[in-house]
Amino acid sequence: MQVTLRVRRFNPEADVEPRFQDYTLEVPDHFTVLDALIIIRERIDGTLALRYSCRMAICGSCGMRINGLAGLACKTALRKVVRDGLVTVEPMGNMPVVKDLVVNMEPFWHHLRAVTPYIEPAPNRLEPRQEYRIPPERVEELWEAVRCIMCGACFSDCTVDEIDINFLGPAALARASWMVRDPRDGRTVERLRELSRPHGIWDCTHCFYCVQVCPKDVKPMEQILRLRRLAMEAGVTNNNGSRHSQAFAESVMETGWLDEFTLLPKSYGWNPIALLPELPTAVRMMTRKGAPSPIHPRRPKAEEVRRIFVKIEQKEAARRDA
Amino acid sequence: MLRHDVLVVGAGGAGMRAALAAAQAGVDVAILTKVHPLRSHTGAAEGGINAAFSEEDSWENHAFDTIKGSDWLADQDAVEILTREGPDAVYELDHMGAVFSRGPDGRFLLRPFGAMPIPRTAFAGDTTGHVLLHALYQQLLKYRVKVYEEWLALDLIVEDGVCRGVIAYEIPTGIVHAIAAKAVIFATGGAGRMYANTTNAYICTGDGMAIALRNGALLKDMEMVQFHPTTLPGSGILITEGVRGEGGYLINALGERFMARYAPKMMELASRDVVSRAEQTEIDEGRGVNGCVLLDLRHLGEEKILSRLPQTRELSITFAGVDPVYEPIPVRPGVHYFMGGIHTDLAGRTTIPGLYAVGECACVSVHGANRLGGNALLELLVFGRRAGGDAAEFARSQGSLEVSEARVRDVERELSRILSRTNGERWATLRDILAETMNREMGIFRTEEQMRHCLAVVKELQERYKRLRLDDKGRVYNYDLVSTIELGFLLDVAEAVIVSGLTRRESRGAHYRRDYPARDDENWLKHTVVRRDPEGELHIDYLPVKITRWPPAARVY
Repeated sequence: MQVTLRVRRFNPEADVEPRFQDYTLEVPDHFTVLDALIIIRERIDGTLALRYSCRMAICGSCGMRINGLAGLACKTALRKVVRDGLVTVEPMGNMPVVKDLVVNMEPFWHHLRAVTPYIEPAPNRLEPRQEYRIPPERVEELWEAVRCIMCGACFSDCTVDEIDINFLGPAALARASWMVRDPRDGRTVERLRELSRPHGIWDCTHCFYCVQVCPKDVKPMEQILRLRRLAMEAGVTNNNGSRHSQAFAESVMETGWLDEFTLLPKSYGWNPIALLPELPTAVRMMTRKGAPSPIHPRRPKAEEVRRIFVKIEQKEAARRDA
Repeated sequence: MLRHDVLVVGAGGAGMRAALAAAQAGVDVAILTKVHPLRSHTGAAEGGINAAFSEEDSWENHAFDTIKGSDWLADQDAVEILTREGPDAVYELDHMGAVFSRGPDGRFLLRPFGAMPIPRTAFAGDTTGHVLLHALYQQLLKYRVKVYEEWLALDLIVEDGVCRGVIAYEIPTGIVHAIAAKAVIFATGGAGRMYANTTNAYICTGDGMAIALRNGALLKDMEMVQFHPTTLPGSGILITEGVRGEGGYLINALGERFMARYAPKMMELASRDVVSRAEQTEIDEGRGVNGCVLLDLRHLGEEKILSRLPQTRELSITFAGVDPVYEPIPVRPGVHYFMGGIHTDLAGRTTIPGLYAVGECACVSVHGANRLGGNALLELLVFGRRAGGDAAEFARSQGSLEVSEARVRDVERELSRILSRTNGERWATLRDILAETMNREMGIFRTEEQMRHCLAVVKELQERYKRLRLDDKGRVYNYDLVSTIELGFLLDVAEAVIVSGLTRRESRGAHYRRDYPARDDENWLKHTVVRRDPEGELHIDYLPVKITRWPPAARVY
């Protein structure tokens, strides 16, 4: 088939601004985006810079944006992304572009290092004369997080990192979710406390982009939600994120619907100094009639809602005991 | 000048394990790697890692299977170390954080693997290399080992016959550096990219082997190139031996499990050289399916495929358009591993004082003429640990380090010469000729005539190489230049492979000659070694094979 790859180019030694360059070539139907890019750099234009290595979706080198979404070029079949003969290829987002499709991944690695991504065994551990005894189901639970190849696709398209680059981001938090749940690690609660700080697990806005773009089905967002649950179960609740979550659940459970008026103060632990910066927003909302009502009556069927909550909690307790 | 006690070149499993050992020994260690450590090709290893874990097993059993697999070309003292230290090396990795698949008792699950009569292979689904690589990288972070990331090693600094460091090209900036080091450890991996049909990543270009050869180190058993029996057509992507370990069948066009004719006892789990030759024979004699045979695992059932072989399924669907739950996978042999490499002793020391080698780029000789699946990951743990520890000790014994930077200027001049050429061929043209020729003439079956022709082609390519031209003249991330340099490495290693192959007039393990189809212990129970003189000529010599307690015997599977 004939295909045109519209590649975002940038040569720091010559260009002031990035530009797009079209390459039109005839390729076999089974070609991946990477196969085509390799043909371009080997046969057509040797100045095109990109990283790649294994071409089998395990080394994580060839992360890039294809038609606007991050992914591995080697795992993306051309025929599935071609629209009217055209595919757009750009460098990943949230990281500085160095040349063409090569980005500086240091912000990504920085966040990985920040979650102490290695097992820190309890101090009384014995010397390794045998393997740890770990029930197979505990190993199974870790797989999803373990199989992350650190390609950076999730970080590239994370909408929180886009506005706050200090957010630890999906990959680092997914790795943290492995460390927290690994039976060999001796710092579980400490880790959860660190992860519950600002820019950590409570900053995710559940936009699902990381789940969508992950080429290894790590489901980073679900790993983050899992960490939140584990943090609250471990009693790491003295933070806005956890209080927000509790306030949300409590109000629905008790009244059958969300009490928006008290949600913010409850999330901030009724701390007036912390709430002060939000005052202008509150005033604006009141003047424009966008503010929630302070009167929050119990809904007629609230009792049914409460019963559902109780049932879920019983189930959760049974799961934890098992 | 940058300086370290120990400098490791390459950040795959072997390099990281060696660096970790040196760091634990308390010396100043750094790693230099042309890609980020997690991009290394160790991560693509799938099936598992062997050691005598179970009570029914013993290191002696493992050693015997390894030696038989090697067609008696492995050095038995090295194999003894590999198999004795094996379990401990893997347990250590488990304690570091590698996540291996577990059985109901919480211990490692073991799966059968090729050329071993009992299950001995621990695994992490079918992504064992990935798990190993990430566990070792985590330890690098823990020990805060300095990494020169995306630096390409170009040459060694050798003064008065002693290795004093490395000349390297910083890919992000185009700057040439000299890094002084009291000990240098090469862990640069294989050279599969000299073949058109290979499981290897694009980065496997024999860098360390070529640099060592150019500096007068010995390369050993270079003719021993392993063809893996199950790779996807077209891309060459690896389908793990674990598929057959879990019970998968190899089927020809007639629907026969043809291995019954070649290895009636071990069937699909015969050694890799035997299975690859069998497949190629089936294909050559017209019983193939579009140049392939079929790997059938439908009878394993969806549940087992999903839990034990998830990546195999993913790779088959993505890269062959086949879901192995419902259809057999077309597979054919492809170049996978170099048993040969830089000659080392049991501590990883090469013939150049101060230079070590470990992993696929090295040949301590535990694989001989054919490697067992699952032994390469074990080798890099066991011998990585040894080399790192020994290099640290060696570094401590050395005085202060004074190194001349004159080589940097030489190399810079050489690079600008390459960059300034305006006419000529590009590297990819030559790479294609090399890879196609090696595939055709230096394949599973070889003859004198084929190899002579192959050598002539490579020599001609080496001449044309001197006149290559680049598209990219820049300094920042000039991958056009990187690929050109890598092709130079490949050409020199290819020459050593062919010359060694021409020398060995017998068939042993992976080296099968139609003109000498039998093993000849009387004349050829010895290692071939290649040395390059300063004029660039290759010279062949031999080293004895160390036999400790397993005398050569017939090899039947």
